[in-house]
Amino acid sequence: MTVLVDKNSKIIIQGFTGKMGSFHADEMIKYGSNVVGGVTPGKGGSKHLNLPVFNTVKDAVNETGADASILFVPPAFAADSAMEAADAGIKTCVAIVDGIPSHDMIRIKRYMRRYTKSSKMTLVGPNCAGIISPGKSMLGIMPGHIYKEGRVGIISRSGTLGYEAAQQLKNLNIGVSTSVGIGGDPINGSSFRDIIEKFETDDETDTILMIGEIGGPQEVAAGEFAKENMKKPVIAYIAGLTAPKGRVMGHAGAIVSAYGESAIEKVEILKECGITISKNPSVMGDTVKSVLEKM
Amino acid sequence: MDIHEYQAKKILSNFGVTIPRGGIVYSPENAENKAREIGGSRWVVKAQIHSGARGKAGGIIVCNTPLEVAQATDKLLGKKLVTNQTGPEGKIVNRIYIEEATDIEKELYLGLVFDRSSESIMVVASTEGGMSVEEISKEKPETIIRSKIEVAVGMQSFQARELAFGLGIEPDLIRRASDTIIGCYKAFSELDATMVEVNPLVISKQKQILALDCKMSFDNNAMFRRSQVSELRDKTQEDSKEIFASDRGLNYVSLDGNIGNIINGAGLAMASMDMIKLAGGSPANFLDVGGGATPEKIVKAFKLVTMDEKVKVILVNIFAGINRCDWVAEGIVDALKKIEIKVPLVIRLAGTNVEKGNQILKESKINYIEANTLEDAANKAVAALNKS
Repeated sequence: MTVLVDKNSKIIIQGFTGKMGSFHADEMIKYGSNVVGGVTPGKGGSKHLNLPVFNTVKDAVNETGADASILFVPPAFAADSAMEAADAGIKTCVAIVDGIPSHDMIRIKRYMRRYTKSSKMTLVGPNCAGIISPGKSMLGIMPGHIYKEGRVGIISRSGTLGYEAAQQLKNLNIGVSTSVGIGGDPINGSSFRDIIEKFETDDETDTILMIGEIGGPQEVAAGEFAKENMKKPVIAYIAGLTAPKGRVMGHAGAIVSAYGESAIEKVEILKECGITISKNPSVMGDTVKSVLEKM
Repeated sequence: MDIHEYQAKKILSNFGVTIPRGGIVYSPENAENKAREIGGSRWVVKAQIHSGARGKAGGIIVCNTPLEVAQATDKLLGKKLVTNQTGPEGKIVNRIYIEEATDIEKELYLGLVFDRSSESIMVVASTEGGMSVEEISKEKPETIIRSKIEVAVGMQSFQARELAFGLGIEPDLIRRASDTIIGCYKAFSELDATMVEVNPLVISKQKQILALDCKMSFDNNAMFRRSQVSELRDKTQEDSKEIFASDRGLNYVSLDGNIGNIINGAGLAMASMDMIKLAGGSPANFLDVGGGATPEKIVKAFKLVTMDEKVKVILVNIFAGINRCDWVAEGIVDALKKIEIKVPLVIRLAGTNVEKGNQILKESKINYIEANTLEDAANKAVAALNKS
């Protein structure tokens, strides 16, 4: 199995005919992702990039058997589109869009509570780079060629810092099983904990690199989960040692507002959970390498 | 987005929260009349700035005559108030709120925030009003009571009642107190707020429940559907460079150091700042030009960073993905034709077509220092600073 997407994943693009949707659909197809169509309400029945366009996600799922989707709709409509995907039976949905109101994110998460665990869609993002399983499928906007195929799982809030890590690993000849960008917003579809849990049961992943930052409880929650439940080693880097308290650092979620949310406090707590810390962002690759050598 | 106290009070009063009688003035001449119009025998003159802790900074003055109100207004208007939240540069007072003084019997604390762990709205209350919530949680944590609100159904009466009884409010006032708490919840949930804080919420000697001071912040991402709230923005309370940045789609935070940064992606920007610190330097700013790093944004970013006189070295760190390095390099070369840089410039490109990008920079004859890794870039920026 591969975490969240694999070669067989049938992908649809929500917001297919827009500029962003078209561009990234094309990139995903070039990478080898199995894109089967898209949704743009009102343009159903037409063709775009030689693929069918549907009015609703339900139509797309019925016609193509799609099980994964990626959202390129404007922030004002993103919550609606994510709930539409969940209702239509999509299994994995990536929301790339930046700027979804926090109240909308809470609404989506409440809406999803109606599904049992086995029928619940995994929402990744918003404000993220998406998911890539190198050599198999890309459900995201990352530059696919910087990822080497391999057995390290990456989870990152930041897109570009995740790229930095993948590049460092590639330079050391270390590959990636799956990389998941969970996004920089305060309330997101999947947390670090949700994704490391998936990596723990993934037989294609040996070790996990978690790239966090200041603000919020999610890195610590993942650390505590790892301490109790995980056999695979976890390596972490936390960005924002120099970030001042009470200021939002680019990502809406990157703000220190309580104890345990600064970079130093997170590092201390993660160490206590038995997680190996990458001291600075330029040694993320080296730290993974040293952990792999000890395995 | 933050708003002023008087604006927050107006909003809460529309949701059924009682506030003391008051009015806003922009000049001492109006202040005297306003005090008479409000009536009573004692007034509080309150400087309106986007910061708490105004009392300690001299921004709140109690007056006994309308003449004193005018004098206090004169004293505060145009002044820069420095509180423990404004930073050393302080914030300018352009508006004065005059309010009838309240005979306080008891001061309480009421706050509403997003709880990121439970992904719900959390109401926090305490009997120790008047102190900051940080102080309360440090000194009197046992007084704090919390209630998580299920957003799908909203706050229920029993939840508000439990909080009110928990605050030790007498039975005759429970109904009023519950309405006040529910009013704050409705303002929070219906206006896309991220924070509502009433501190203190007071019980007056006349047995009224009043919001004596309050703060509200709103979700910038939701302002597209909250035009009435977004009109309350007061740009005089914001850093001018940060306004310049946000108007141009850049994420910028002004800091104390002297190494200016231009970076794509918030996480990479924070990571680069960490590397600068480890190399012995100090960042002058946080600046995220966005994952895409388009040439237009790079030009704007250079303009912004060169506006800051503290900047002695500029570090550019771009990890180009879909937007290839050659395209980014052309953007940088183009920017440097338009903007003169007088300080050393360190550029690190990484990602797609990095060789081509570096070649374009070299051939352009711009004056810069090339760096290859994150660490190399930080070290070279600090070395350039020490040389200059």
